[in-house]
Amino acid sequence: MADATHDDVGYVPPAEIEEQDLYHAKSWITKYVFCQDAKVIAIQYSITAIAIGLVGLVLSWLMRLQLGFPEAFSFIEPDDYYQFITVHGMIMVIYLLTALFLGGFGNYLIPLMVGARDMVFPFVNMISYWVYLLAVVVLCASFFVPGGPTGAGWTLYPPQAILSGTPGSDGGIILMLVSLALFIVGFTMGGLNYVVTVFQARTRGLSLMRLPLTIWGILTATVLALLAFPALFVGAVMMLLDRILGTSFFMPSIVELGEHLSYGGGSPILFQHLFWFFGHPEVYIVALPAFGIVSDLISVHARRNIFGYRMMVWAIVIIGALSFVVWAHHMYVSGMNPYFGFFFATTTLIIAVPTALKVYNWTLTLWRGDIHLTTPMLFAIGFIVTFVNGGITGLFLGNVAIDVPLSDTMFVVAHFHMVMGVAPALVIFGAIYHWYPKITGRLLDETLGKFHFWVTFLGAYLIYFPMHYLGFVGVPRRYFELGDTQIFDQSVGDLNAFISIVTFIVGFAQLVFFFNLYRSYSKGKEAGPNPWRACSLEWQTAETPPGHGNFGKELPLVYRWPYDFNVPGAKEDFIPQNMSQSEAFPKRKAAAKTSRSRAAKK
Amino acid sequence: MITALIIILVAVGSVAFHLMSPWWWTPIASNWGFIDTTIIITFWVTGTVFVAILFFTGYCIWKFRHREGVKADVEYEPENKSLETWLTIGTTIGVVIMLTPGLFAWKQFITVPEGADEFEVVAQQWQWSYRLPGKDGVLGKSDVRKITPENPFGINADDPKGKDDVLIESDDLHLPIDRPVKVLLRAIDVLHDFYVPQFRAKMDMVPGTITYFWFTPTKVGNYEVLCAELCGVGHHAMRGMVVVDNDSDYRAWLAEQTTFGQSLAKAQQQKSIDLASTTDRATSEKKVSAQ
Repeated sequence: MADATHDDVGYVPPAEIEEQDLYHAKSWITKYVFCQDAKVIAIQYSITAIAIGLVGLVLSWLMRLQLGFPEAFSFIEPDDYYQFITVHGMIMVIYLLTALFLGGFGNYLIPLMVGARDMVFPFVNMISYWVYLLAVVVLCASFFVPGGPTGAGWTLYPPQAILSGTPGSDGGIILMLVSLALFIVGFTMGGLNYVVTVFQARTRGLSLMRLPLTIWGILTATVLALLAFPALFVGAVMMLLDRILGTSFFMPSIVELGEHLSYGGGSPILFQHLFWFFGHPEVYIVALPAFGIVSDLISVHARRNIFGYRMMVWAIVIIGALSFVVWAHHMYVSGMNPYFGFFFATTTLIIAVPTALKVYNWTLTLWRGDIHLTTPMLFAIGFIVTFVNGGITGLFLGNVAIDVPLSDTMFVVAHFHMVMGVAPALVIFGAIYHWYPKITGRLLDETLGKFHFWVTFLGAYLIYFPMHYLGFVGVPRRYFELGDTQIFDQSVGDLNAFISIVTFIVGFAQLVFFFNLYRSYSKGKEAGPNPWRACSLEWQTAETPPGHGNFGKELPLVYRWPYDFNVPGAKEDFIPQNMSQSEAFPKRKAAAKTSRSRAAKK
Repeated sequence: MITALIIILVAVGSVAFHLMSPWWWTPIASNWGFIDTTIIITFWVTGTVFVAILFFTGYCIWKFRHREGVKADVEYEPENKSLETWLTIGTTIGVVIMLTPGLFAWKQFITVPEGADEFEVVAQQWQWSYRLPGKDGVLGKSDVRKITPENPFGINADDPKGKDDVLIESDDLHLPIDRPVKVLLRAIDVLHDFYVPQFRAKMDMVPGTITYFWFTPTKVGNYEVLCAELCGVGHHAMRGMVVVDNDSDYRAWLAEQTTFGQSLAKAQQQKSIDLASTTDRATSEKKVSAQ
C-alpha cells in the first residue's frame, strides 16, 4: 500500500468531552417549520432555492425569446429585457447556486458526513434560513414596485445602476441592494455554523485528511464566502447611501441628459473592485462544492478510490486562496491602472494548474475502475466535459491581451454559463440523484433520470458551445437587439434562433426531473440504507432517512478514509469508514492469528 | 458503450464545428494582429488538452465499464507521485506557452508609441461625440462641470489650446490610415465602452477619469462603433461610425469641420440675435399696451 495519510488505518483517539443533548422539537411547528434540525433546514433551503431558480429559468426563456426572435414579441420592451437579464443573473448565482450548495447540501451533508448529530449552533442555523427566505421575498417584491426590478445587469455597476437611464432605478435597485444585504446576513449565520461544525464536531477518528472531498469543497467554499461576502455588503451599503442620501462614494460629477447632478468626487471603479473582490471568490464558492461532490460521485460509482486524494485536498485549498488574488481579471478593460494586467493575468493562469490537476485526477479515477453508468455517474461525466470546456475558455479571457477583443461579448456569456452555470448544475442534478435515496428512502427512476441527463447535457452543450463563436464575431452581450448593422449578417440571427429553441427544449426537459422527484417519493424503489454501497458515514446511519440526531445511540467511530473501494483482500468491494480492520479483513485476521500461533509453537 | 461514443463525438464534433463554422472574427483592420495570434496559440494548446481529456474519458468509460457477472480488475492506487508531478510540469509548460505571448501583447497594448496622434471620444447616453486637437495638436482642458448647452464637451474656455479643437457631434469620425492614434476616452454620465470589432481594441469609459488605448488603422473603410458596457436602456442602440480614409480624403474632411472657437462664436451670435428679438418683442408689446 502506498504511503498515503489514510495509512494509519485503525487509530481512533479517546473521547475528550461528553456528548451534549440535542434540542428536541415539541410541536409540529418546531419540527417542520421553525425547525432546528439541519436536515429539515437543508430541505427548506433547497426547495426555496429551486423555486426561485425556476423564476430565473423562466426569465432566461423570456430573454431568449427576444434574442432568438427580435421582432416577434412586442410585449418585451428594452426595459423588460434588461430587467430579465439582471434578475436572472442575480437569482442563478446567488439565490440558487450559493444557497443550494451551501445552505442545501451543506446543511444536509456536513453533520452526516462528519458524524455529528447536528450543526453546532442549531438555533442560528434556523435563523439563517428565515433571513434567506426574507431576502428572496424582498427580491421578488421588486417585481411589484413602480418601475419594476433593477435592470442594471447583475454586476450593478454604478453610476448607471442608480440613475434614471436604467430601468428600476426608483425602488428596484433599493430592494435589490437590501435583499443582497439580507442574504449576506443570513448566509453568515449559516456559514459560521458549517465551518465550526467541520472543525469542532467531527466524530472520533475522523481526522481532516479522512474527510470526504465533498466536505472539503463545502468547507473551503464557506470560508471563501465568509471572507468575500463582506466586500459585497460594503459595496451594497455604500451604493444604498449614494442612492438614498445622495452621498458620492461611487459617483463622480455627472451630467445626465443635459442636467448637472449634485454628485461629485466618487469613483465608479472602486465599486467594481469591491464587487469583484466578492465576485471572483463567488465563482469558486459555487465551483468548489461541485468539485468536492463530483469527486465523491465518481469514486463511488466507478468503485475505485479517488485518485490523488491529498493532491485533491490541497488543490481545493490552493484554488480557494488564489481566488482572492485574481479578481481584477474581470476588469482588464475597466479603465483601472493597466499595469495591474500583468499581475492578474499571471495569477489567473496559475490557478489553471491546480484546477487542471483536479480534472486529471477525476479522469484517472475512472482508469481501471469498475464503472457503473448510473444517473449520478452520467451527470459527473457531463460535468467533466462541460467543466473542461468552460475552464479552457477561461484561459482565453484570463490572458489579459486576449480579453481585450473578447470582453463584454457573447464569448464571456458562453464561458461563464458553461463553467459556473451548466457544470455546477450538472453536479447538483447528479448529487440529487445520488442522495435522494438517503433523504427519502427511495431511489429516483433511472430511465427518467437518463433521459433527463442526455437532454440536459447535450442541450446545454449545444446552447453554449456555439455561443462562444458569436463572441468571436464580436456580438456584444447585454444587447436587446442587434438592429440594423453591417457587421452581423443573417447567420448570427439564425444561430441565435437555434440557441433559443434548444433553450426551450432543455428547460422543458426539467419537468421530467420534477415529475421524477414527485413520483419516486411515494412510488420509487425502496433504497435501503446504502444503495450505492458507498463508504462515507451518511450511508451508515441506523435509519434511512436518518432520524433526529442522525446516528443511533452511539456515534460512529472512523477508522479510515471514505474511498476504500475494491481494497485487495477485503471481503466486499467497499469498506465503510466506520468499519475496523478486523471486520473488513476477516481472512487476514485469521491468517495473522494462525501465523502468530505457528510462531508461538516454534 | 453509447456513452463513451457520445463523449468522443462531443470532442470530434466540437473540433469539426470550430473548423467549419461560418462564425469567426471579422477581418482585422488594425495593428493588433498579435492578439489574434495569441488567440490561435491558445486554441492549439487548449484544444489539444480538451480533445485528449475527452478521448481519455471516453476510452475509460468503454474499457472499464461494469459488466454483469464479470469480476472487475480494479486497481487500488491512492496516489502516484511521479505521474502527478509530470502532469503538474506539463500543465505549467502549457500555461507558460499561453501566458508569455499574452503578456507581450499586453505590454504593446499599453505602450503608446511616441508621436501618436491624440483624439478624444466623449460618450453619453446614448451617443458618441469626438474631439480632435486642431492645428496645435493639443486638446484643451475639459471638465464635466463646465458642460452647458453651448459647450457640450465642457471645454475650458480660458484654455487657449482648446479654441482650435475640432468638435464632431453625433456624426461619423474620420481617421487617416496607417497613423497610430491614442484614443482618449471620456464619459459624462455612466460607464460606456468604445468598441469597434475590426480594430480588436476596446476600453471602458469611466465618468470622472480619462482612459485610453491606442491602435493604428490599417485598412480604408467604414467601421461600426458599438457600446460594449451596459449603459442603460438605450445601450444596444448606441452606435456610431468610424471612417478610415487615405490622407487626402482625410484632409478634405477635416477642413469642413467646425472648431470650438467657431461654434462658440456662433452660439454667441445666436444668443445676441435671440436677445435682440426678445427686446424687439418686448418693445412692441409695450407699444401695444400703450395704445
